[in-house]
Amino acid sequence: MTQWEVVIGIETHAQLATRSKIFSGASTAFGAAPNTQACAVDLALPGVLPVLNKGAVDCAIRFGLAIGARVAEKSVFARKNYFYPDLPKGYQISQFELPVVVGGAVTIPVGQGDKAYEKVVRLTRAHLEEDAGKSLHEDFHGKSGIDLNRAGTPLLEIVSEPEMRSSDEAVAYAKALHALVRWIGICDGNMQEGSFRCDANVSVRPKGQAEFGTRREIKNLNSFRFLKEAIDFEVQWQINEIEEGRKIQQATVLFDPDSGETRMMRTKEDAHDYRYFPDPDLLPLVIGADWIARVQGELPELPGQKRERFMADLGLSAYDATTLTANQESADYFEAVVAVAGKANAKPCANWVMVDLAARLNKEGKELAESPVSAAQLGGLILRIADNTISNAIAKKVFEALWSAEGASADEIIEKQGLKQITDSGAIEALVDEILAANAANVAEFKAGKEKAFNALVGQVMKAAKGKANPQQVNELLRRKLQG
Amino acid sequence: MIEKSLKELAQALAGKRISSLELTDLYLERIARLNPDINAFITVDPEKSRAAARAADARLAAGQGGPLTGIPVAQKDIFCAEGWLTTCGSKMLGNFVSPYDATVIRKLEQEAGLVSLGKTNMDEFAMGSSNETSYFGPVKNPWDRSRVPGGSSGGSAAAVAARLAPVATGTDTGGSIRQPAALCNLTGLKPTYGVVSRYGMIAFASSLDQGGPMARSAEDCALLLNAMAGFDAQDSTSLDRPAEDYAADLEKPLDGLRLGLPKEFFGEGCDPAVMAAVRAAIAEYEKLGAKTVEVSLPNSHLSVPAYYVIAPAEASSNLSRFDGVRYGYRAPDYGSLDDMYCKTRAQGFGAEVKRRILIGAYVLSHGYYDAYYLQAQRIRRLIADDFAAAFKHCDVILGPTSPSPAFKLGERAADPVQMYLSDIYTIAVNLAGLPGMSIPCGFAAGLPVGLQLIGDYFAEGRLLNVAHRYQQATEWHRRAPEGLA
Repeated sequence: MTQWEVVIGIETHAQLATRSKIFSGASTAFGAAPNTQACAVDLALPGVLPVLNKGAVDCAIRFGLAIGARVAEKSVFARKNYFYPDLPKGYQISQFELPVVVGGAVTIPVGQGDKAYEKVVRLTRAHLEEDAGKSLHEDFHGKSGIDLNRAGTPLLEIVSEPEMRSSDEAVAYAKALHALVRWIGICDGNMQEGSFRCDANVSVRPKGQAEFGTRREIKNLNSFRFLKEAIDFEVQWQINEIEEGRKIQQATVLFDPDSGETRMMRTKEDAHDYRYFPDPDLLPLVIGADWIARVQGELPELPGQKRERFMADLGLSAYDATTLTANQESADYFEAVVAVAGKANAKPCANWVMVDLAARLNKEGKELAESPVSAAQLGGLILRIADNTISNAIAKKVFEALWSAEGASADEIIEKQGLKQITDSGAIEALVDEILAANAANVAEFKAGKEKAFNALVGQVMKAAKGKANPQQVNELLRRKLQG
Repeated sequence: MIEKSLKELAQALAGKRISSLELTDLYLERIARLNPDINAFITVDPEKSRAAARAADARLAAGQGGPLTGIPVAQKDIFCAEGWLTTCGSKMLGNFVSPYDATVIRKLEQEAGLVSLGKTNMDEFAMGSSNETSYFGPVKNPWDRSRVPGGSSGGSAAAVAARLAPVATGTDTGGSIRQPAALCNLTGLKPTYGVVSRYGMIAFASSLDQGGPMARSAEDCALLLNAMAGFDAQDSTSLDRPAEDYAADLEKPLDGLRLGLPKEFFGEGCDPAVMAAVRAAIAEYEKLGAKTVEVSLPNSHLSVPAYYVIAPAEASSNLSRFDGVRYGYRAPDYGSLDDMYCKTRAQGFGAEVKRRILIGAYVLSHGYYDAYYLQAQRIRRLIADDFAAAFKHCDVILGPTSPSPAFKLGERAADPVQMYLSDIYTIAVNLAGLPGMSIPCGFAAGLPVGLQLIGDYFAEGRLLNVAHRYQQATEWHRRAPEGLA
């Protein structure tokens, strides 16, 4: 049976967080009454002209710098011509042959646990363009309404190379990009409001084949779940088609979240000829070294830089560093934990954030920002593990107590619930003696060479200590006494 | 009064010998009487004009007037003017009352205090050389009412020639100020691309369109240009340069002026009577101290074909906004959305506009773009290079504006190529973005002949000077058509 390889490229539209539109002075705020944020330029009245918003260019430069791309010294705005009621000019101003950002890459963490790996996805380009308005097909007695508030909102269209090989990789890429645009403050990332939406180009080919299969483009996926479901469905559909002897036709499809299926919108034959040409109303966009330097100076520490620092300064593994810098919230949270627990404890800090906390949040369906356990509380808890005040097992109890707000800090909970580890060797020795005396059978088994009996004895001691005895000390004392 | 220069009118207003309201009424009366035949205006709104005149009088009385405050002007109907019907000569905008002012309108009305008399007729969306493509009917040439006034600023030209306005605004994409100026015995100037703001000027071909003044003399053109020109942040192609007084050098003597005569403008294809008038003008310039140099514009024969790729390409996109969705004409009966688009545009646009939209869509389409659009852009570069080379040897280039005087109404309407060749001498100037003028230089069988002057970038002042000195030595520009008292 043929082994199939999936090939995915993603185009993302990120709405840029500028106050005014890309070619007019109208506001970009979301949610205003229809057509109250559309000025003469947005309405495409006769005679009006576009003037480029430099703030949108700042955003594009930020993005270019953040992904290590080339910011083009000269890029050109072009007109993409087509008729639609929510496109007031009859053309969209976009960039075609000469985009503002060329190349670059993002590093993405894929999967979890043992199967986790990281991957570098290269980008083709990113270009500036204006958004269209919205057609409203309800409540107009059989007619359509048009809201042009969104018309002219600046977009950065980010195009990846077709380098993703599974829906998991596609989602990981989309998540990384989503985190990055929010990190550098160029997009609010609100997917429900359409601020960040993806189109996925999907094809399949027999494993080992060099050339790509024919792709179909799934349009306008506005959640990570839909992205995954749409790709999974599409891949299976394409494989079935080919295996049943049919050819894939290049096409644009839509995903229906209710049925979980993709359905055809148009084929390549009836695709538009957009008649692109340079917009004569706008001069070429020239970005000099000083402009780039100014934007560079305003950038926060970037995920890539943070990742390197986590590895070099804190000794984290590449995977841990990538995962923690996957978004600003987790990076900030982690750094706040380390600030309390100390750099020496960076590794356990990473584990607690990535494993214990992540699992607990996941179980409750909560985001990191909603975590009941603050970074300072978690840092305090890790400090107590590090200084042997509590064992790892007890620490999980304390964590649960913090989660349910049984105390303001790990110290308070340890104190109040008497969870402090017993490290007094005299006290532990008394317990050990007691257990050895009461469990002669186990002692005999151990002496007969049954290592399992030793574990049973440890368990008895810990039980007698209500879990608070230092496990290492219990081990050492038991072994010394049994062998001595 | 109707033969007075702008300077004389300004003096009369300043000396209170006449008020702006009286002057405005004088022109409104002439328009009411003569326009029904000439058809130079699409819209007049006497109350609006009179209100503006009263405001100008108040400004003058308060001592806050500028050099043109209170002087009436006719506005080409391509400029959006708040509260005015702004049609661009098209059924498509037959019901469009602009909610905003073009920068040119704002500068003329609000800053300079001129009084708009009305909106002048024009070829539909400025596409034409005879004013016959207007939805509002052809304009008659005041010199011979069986002939065209030229186009596309034919209404503005006829209005000034018939003394229905002292000056007018025009726009020039391939000769639309200069050719009608030539055919109506006027002085018209197309400035360097970027000198006059295009904001609010309904776009035909964005990279070629440029507004400018139309008047009876170079001096009047200079004064009107002073009020029209200037950087505008709302037009990204506007040039940010210090303000200039275009009248400052009008009187400069022409001694040593090097006049370039492109051999391509003096060959075949030009009416001999036109050529004779142009030759006589050259002789006059020599008397004024100029000397002539032969220059060459070897690619000028490519200017018409290159223009009829670039201009329609841009127009096909610029006119997409006229879709019946938000304003303007919408077909009364339609089925689907596509049907609404098709019927609206089929009914709303005239034949010439549709022809150019089709040409434009074709040359931009996949598989043809390189062969047509890119090739035309390369030719455009060559043409600009030709001018740059020529200006190494001369100060001003001179030749005929139009290969023939005014032609009969209907004579070329059926033959687009014949019509396109009306602009054979003017189009290269737009492709290069240079300033160009047309000034009266004689008559051919009783019809005015225009002399074209072409300058290097930003040489408007020099062109106006060269035109003005000629007009001081000649009387052609003072002649008025008969029967329009």
